[in-house]
Order: sequence, then C-alpha cells, then structure tokens
Amino acid sequence: MVSFNIFFCPLCFSNPVARSDPDLVLARSSVCGIHTLASEPFFGQSVLLPLLCLWRSHQCPKALGGMFRNVAAIYLHLAGLFQRKKAGTSLTRCMHQTFAMAKRLQARRLDGIDHNPWVEFGKMASEYDVVNLGQGFPDFPPPNFAIQAFQLALNSDFMLNQYTKAFGYPPLTKILASFFGKLLGQEIVPLKNVLVTVGAYGALFTAFQALVDEGDEVIIMEPFFDCYEPMTLMAGGRPVFVTLKPSPTQDGELDSASSWQLDPTELASKFTSRTKALILNTPNNPVGKVFSKAELELVASLCQQHDVICISDEVYQWLVYDGHQHISIASLPGMWERTLTIGSAGKSFSATGWKVGWALGPDSLLKHLRTVHQNTVYHCPTQGQAAVAQSFQHEQLHFGQPSSYFVQLPQAVRRYRDHMIRSLQSVGLRPVVPQGSYFLIADISDFKTQMPDLPGDADEPYDSRFVKWMIRNKGLAAIPVSVFYSTPHRKQFDHYVRFCFVKDESTLQAMDEKLQKWKDELRP
Amino acid sequence: MFSAQRRLCSLNSTAKFLTINSSKILGLPTSAMSLKITNAKRIEGLDRNVWIEFTKLAADPSVVNLGQGLPDISPPIYVKEKLSKIAAIDSLNQYTRGFGHPSLVKALACLYEKFYQNQINPNKEILVTVGAYGFLFNAIQGLIDEGDEVIIIMPFYDCYEPMVRMAGATPVFIPLRSKPVNGKKWSSSDWTLDPQELASKFNSKTKAIILNTPHNPIGKVYTKEELQVIADLCIKYDTLCISDEVYEWLVYTGNTHLKIATFPGMWERTITIGSAGKTFSVTGWKLGWSIGPHHLIKHLQTVQQNTIYTCATPLQEALAQAFWIDIKRMDDPECYFNSLPKELEVKRDRMIHLLENLGLKPIVPDGGYFIIADVSLLDADLSGMKDSNEPYDYKFVKWMTKNKKLSAIPVSAFCNTETKLQFEKFVRFCFIKKDSTLDAAEEIIKAWTGQKF
Repeated sequence: MVSFNIFFCPLCFSNPVARSDPDLVLARSSVCGIHTLASEPFFGQSVLLPLLCLWRSHQCPKALGGMFRNVAAIYLHLAGLFQRKKAGTSLTRCMHQTFAMAKRLQARRLDGIDHNPWVEFGKMASEYDVVNLGQGFPDFPPPNFAIQAFQLALNSDFMLNQYTKAFGYPPLTKILASFFGKLLGQEIVPLKNVLVTVGAYGALFTAFQALVDEGDEVIIMEPFFDCYEPMTLMAGGRPVFVTLKPSPTQDGELDSASSWQLDPTELASKFTSRTKALILNTPNNPVGKVFSKAELELVASLCQQHDVICISDEVYQWLVYDGHQHISIASLPGMWERTLTIGSAGKSFSATGWKVGWALGPDSLLKHLRTVHQNTVYHCPTQGQAAVAQSFQHEQLHFGQPSSYFVQLPQAVRRYRDHMIRSLQSVGLRPVVPQGSYFLIADISDFKTQMPDLPGDADEPYDSRFVKWMIRNKGLAAIPVSVFYSTPHRKQFDHYVRFCFVKDESTLQAMDEKLQKWKDELRP
Repeated sequence: MFSAQRRLCSLNSTAKFLTINSSKILGLPTSAMSLKITNAKRIEGLDRNVWIEFTKLAADPSVVNLGQGLPDISPPIYVKEKLSKIAAIDSLNQYTRGFGHPSLVKALACLYEKFYQNQINPNKEILVTVGAYGFLFNAIQGLIDEGDEVIIIMPFYDCYEPMVRMAGATPVFIPLRSKPVNGKKWSSSDWTLDPQELASKFNSKTKAIILNTPHNPIGKVYTKEELQVIADLCIKYDTLCISDEVYEWLVYTGNTHLKIATFPGMWERTITIGSAGKTFSVTGWKLGWSIGPHHLIKHLQTVQQNTIYTCATPLQEALAQAFWIDIKRMDDPECYFNSLPKELEVKRDRMIHLLENLGLKPIVPDGGYFIIADVSLLDADLSGMKDSNEPYDYKFVKWMTKNKKLSAIPVSAFCNTETKLQFEKFVRFCFIKKDSTLDAAEEIIKAWTGQKF
C-alpha cells in the first residue's frame, strides 16, 4: 500500500480517531478510492482531496460544515505561505510546507498557563508615549563596584567564558554561604546548602518542580507575584489561596501595607493533609508588606505542625524602609530544615538583567533542586556569577556601615517612594504606604465611582481597564493589581494599581509632569 | 502523637484553632522531620549525572582533561571585546524581552534566513534560551506529554533520556550501528541507522524524534539520504522532530551540515537548536536558541515565561553584535564559522594520530569536537578498580584518570541502561583544546606506549 501524507484530507482531519491511527486513515481513504492520486503532493492534496471530500460530504451532509471550514483554513494558510515564499522557491516545496501537524501539539501541563499579563501591558507601554512605572526594574545603573566586578569577570581569566560548576560558581557559592550563614544564624555549606539559579524566578521554578507533585496543595497568599500560580499548576499541584486583607483606615490617613493581614483562623483552615508547601513573599510584591516576627511565627508554627515546606521568596530583603526589619523565616526555631530561602542578585545590586539568583536550604531539600537543575539548565552563565561573587565581597566588607549598598539603596529608594506617594495623591489616587519592596499599590476606588464605564472586554476587571485608559490618555504605565489575584477574586480586588518607584529622579519628574497635566484636566 | 494531631486537624475550625497552640502546650518537638518532605515523582531516578561524577575526578589540576566538552582555547577577541563594552551600558544591566533580546533575535533571523529560504519572524519563530540544554528542556516540557513516546538515537547526549522521563514520557531507543570497515579508516559515516529498524520504532504514540547532527559523541554528520528517511517517517507518523544542531558549524572537509527543517514537509514539525557556546567557544555564556514555526515555538515560549522568564541581557547583546560581525563575512575564511572548523580539523587529525599510536581504534568524526575510540585492544588490567558492576568504559576512564592522568568520558554514559554493553568499549575524547593541552596529552601517550600494563 502506498504510504503518503493523508492526514491532510479535510474530512479525515476532523476525525480525532483517524488522526491518531495511520492504518485507519489509510483504510478510510481507500474507501474514498483515490488515495494513489492523493499521494501527489500538489495536485492531490490541494485540489483532489477537497474535491473528494465534497463528494463524500454530499453522501454525508453532517461533515459538510466542518469540511468547508477545514478546506478554507488550508487555502488561507496556503495564501499566507505564498506571500512569504521567496523568489525561486518551488511551488511544490511551498505546498509541502503548508501542512501543520494534526496531533495535539502542546503538553497538557501548559493548559491554562499560557497567558502572560506582562507581555500585554509591556507592549502597550511601548506603543504610547508613557512614563513606565509598570514593570519592576530600576532605570538607574547598578553601583560602580558591581559594574567593575562585571568588567573584571570579563577581562580576567578567559576561562570564565566557559562552563563553571553546575550548582554554582565556587567563589559565589562560598560567599553566599558565609554571608547568609551569618544572617540566618546557620552553618551553610556551599556544596550542600546553596544552589545558584537563573534569577530568583529560576529558583522558584526549580523548587516547584522538585517538590510539588500531582495533587499536592500549595498555599499562596493573595495578592501574589503572578508566577506562583502557573508554576504550581505546571507541577500538577493545586493552588490554595488565602487573602491578605486591608484593615479599615481613618479618614484622611493613608493606608499602610502593614495593615494588610492574614486571618490566623482562615490561614490555619487552609492546611490539609495534602498541603505540601506554602509560599511566603516578604517583603511582599505588590503590596509592599514586610511580615512581622509575630506573623512569621504563626506561619512557622503551622508549617511545622502540618509538616509543610516553606518556600520563602525574599528577593526584596534589602528594600525595607522606616526602620522596619526584614526577618528570614528560616532563622526561626525549627524552620531551617523545612525552608527554602530564595534571593536575587538582580534586586540586591540593581542589575536585574544579570539573571543570577539562589536558593538556600537544608541538603535534604536542596538535593532535589539539584536534580531538577541538572535536568533543566544544568549550568548558569559564569561571568554574571563571578560579578555577583565580587559584589558580595564588597558588601561583606562594608556590612552594616553607611558605605554598604544594602544601606544606601533603601535610603535612596525611600525618598523615591515618598516622592511618588505625594505626587500620586494630587490626582485622587490613594497610595498604600509600603514598608518594603520596589512597589506601592494605589487605591482607585474614587475613579471607579466617577468613571465606572471605561472601555475594555466584558470580563475585564476595572483596574485593567483603568491602566489601559491611563496609558492611552495620561501617559503613565502601571500594572493592575488584579493580575496578582486568583481568577475568582479578580473582580473583588479590582480597585488597585501597582506602581514601581525604583526609578531615577528624572523619571519621577517626568511622572510629575504627566500628573500635573492630569490634575489640570480634572479642574472644571 | 503526630497522627493524633492530624486527626484533630480534620475536625471543625474550633479544634483547628486549639491545635495551633497544642504543639506548644504539649511541648511537642517543633522540628519533626520529613514525613512529607519528599521529592516530586518526576525526578525519581534522575539524580545521577555522569558529568558531576567525572568532572570531579578530572578536577585534579595534574590531570589532562579531554573529558567534558569545553574549549580551553580563547573565544575570538571581538566576542570578548563586545561583552566588555556592553557591560558599561546602563540599560543593558536590566531585564530585556523574555523571549529573546530584540537585537539578538533579529541577528539570528537574518543569519538563518540564508539557510531556510523562508523569512523567519524574529519574535514568533525564534526563542532564546539558557543554552541549548535549556532549549531541550523547554521543547520537551512544552510539547511532550505523559504517555508520549520519544525516539532517541543511541548513543545520545545524556540529558535527552532524563528530560523525556521527567516529562512522564517513554524514551524509545534505536542504536547507530557500524558497517564493517575492512582495513580502511573507521569513520563516523560508517555508523548508520537501519531504516527498517527505525520505521519499526514509530507508532501512533510517537510524539517526537530527537535528532543530533553533527552527532555527539560519534561526530556523525547525517547525509541527505539519511535525513530523508527520518523526514519521511516524521511525516508519515505525524511526528515532531527536535533537531539538536549545536555543532552545526563544526563540519570537516568533505561534509556538509544539512538542516532537516529545510526538507519538504518538515518546517512545520521541526524545531532546530543552536548554541552560542559551541558557535563562539563561549560555553559559559549559556545562550541557545530555537527556530521553528510559531505554532510550536509559542509552547516553548509558554514554558519560558513559567520557568526562567528571561535570559541575561548583556550576554545577549554581545552575542548579537558578534553575530553581525560574522554574518557580514560569511564567505570569508576569517569568519569564525569558517576559521574554527579549519583550526579544529588540524586538532582532530592530530588526536586521531595520537590515539592510533596508543593502539586504540578511533572513529574519525565528520563533525563536532569529539572522537570516540575503542579501548578494548589495550586490554588494560582494571581488576584493581572498585565497583565491578560498572561498565568497562567507566572503569577504564577512572583507571586512566588515576594512573595516566588523562581523562575522558565513557561512551556508555550516552546509552540507556539496557544497551550500555553495546558501547562499553568506547571512550570519548574532546579535542577543542589548546596546543599545549594536546602536547601534554601527547607526552602522556608517548610515556604510556613505552610502558607495559
């Protein structure tokens, strides 16, 4: 029997059984009776098969609608391809290249996780003349010592252009072990307790893949950095949400991120026998909350009681203001052995593009992350790691002193925060004062009351429509906070917008100009 | 006590409130361990890794390391210079576009359009990943499901099997088999797939075949006819082709690298991998890319946005600029894509000669930067080596590293458990090494041949 590509028969195409069984498809087409002709690539597949199927559908009218759709799709695809075809390419070759696979392509683990809000808002922000206060990265350079560290890594040993150790460039794992060992009050061994990853994002992914199984539950506090949910889903886990709720504020007073709290009873109720992990983010993105010792002790006690792993995302650990203190939950009694502490060079040294992160924890957990790491990226780029190692050396020397970047950065950034808080209020936005992180959220309830009907899709939460309106009409880009909530809660928490204040003075001045114009437009 | 607590937890919320404090009241140990702190099933059995084991062995500075595939030659000067200048540009220290830095994807599109005879959309048909390794992960996670079958040609770059298993799929193996050589030099082209055997591996569950050309470790460069056989089967069985072409520029005289994605019917079902590390001798930059139709690439992009999100910015910009330099002079012998294979061919020939002097039977590679050699003729006395369950080549390499201060990689590491024996007499040597390293290897071999075992 002649073997040929008959999956592209529009009639067979619509039949899932036929798609998966070549012998069956052959059998069906032999009923059609012209399979040998159909093997001719151009004529057969683009002309004969559709004609054949017209004939078949005449016999079976039910197939007609689907058949026409499929044929139309094929011809449209052909038209598209002919447009891209370069001069001299044979028509036959083009024809052969038209036919996509009939099999389902993507793995099921990708179901429901393909949408990405950053792509959408990032694109909009680049299309309009805006001051971009959306995505969380500084628009000022890393400190000089960090840049010099990178330069040194590039210009010294040329072997730094080659692979380093899989689990981390040795000088980096060594300094991370000593630096964080002191902070956590723990003896940290470089080879067992430190894993270097592609950004903190990579550390999170590695942790989920290593430890979360099908059916495992992961407790996520809302609002949450948006990747936690899809990463849980991709690992086959089930996200269980618990909400940080703001306490009511006095009139005239600004809300504070510290007033956003978990209800202890509600939190306790989320733990079941299937709970594998809880993900904690302090300082929190987007609210800017810095969890207090008492709050962390509550979380710690529940994790221990229910034998749950704590994944602690502490990328903003140095960005704390107003005398607040960042506490690592791994330093609390009984927590080191069940906690992964995730950090970021990008946030620590204002060099987000270097994409160097790490996970610290007991060997009993890290060994599983190492297995994932060696089966995913295997190595991280060497020179970025060398630069980060050198930068940490600098910080270790200056630790706690006014010359430390980890002291200077939050001091500078606090001024930017305060500037932004003052400025945003001038147009009726009500910022929630953050104690930490790169971000503040602003309440837009007044706008929701005054202009409830902003353009957008039917199901689109208000804050998303507001951000798009603000980008188009006011020249300011931010991120709607509903993207940081689980789908069922988005409509409930659709009255906040997130701004990043880790921006240069000139950016904040440009923001002021846009806000002034906005304010002028508000006057009757 | 612990199980009692668990029962309490399943009661109503009042009871739950009490249990929060019960551990303190009852003075129970708060660091009770590991009833649930277990690994996810997807990584079961994947913890062993040949590189971790053997690079540790070869880390001794007195050992001449011909094992791991990393160059000890310097990358081209302009590549290093570009990166150095870029690190000083502020904006390039911050996040860039997740699916690939704009100037890099444009450069890649411009370069590869020359080979594909299609325009390539830089934003939709290219993805930049953390090395080719990262690409393989994205492709397998994005496109391979539990229960799928993936055909892997043996010997195979060792990560293919664990990555397929981690996705819950079943690897189906087919070995390259050698024709008898009858006195002439043994070449990688003597190793072929039996078309009927290959066809028998395909069925309706086959989701993909992983092709590696030029091949690691044998160095085979698949011919047009061989690729056509694979292409025909992919089309017949509606299968994906994941084509690992990281050594695409490293082909030696008399051979041409062909891209299976350019064969009729294959663009729509193929993703092709490239590697900065292998192209510009900068393995530590860990940048790779995949090129393919949007309906496949978009799934790899979904994986990317849920795994690492974006790759390092300064490295991508430097790579883009290095590419522009070489794209403009592709016919020039100075172009790195031409000069590197010329340089390596000389090293290849030298290494072959050395291995023959040692009494080994090397297989002359048509591409790549490895040579495998049959070490059985040496009949080395490995009885002193511990762990007699290990394949012969593992023991040989450990013995050679310890006693001769020369390291390599056992080829059975590139085979699955059932077929390790088929390749256990072979050892892989890497020749992308500076002359002084090859001189040191030569000294060792000269001394060796003067000794008895």
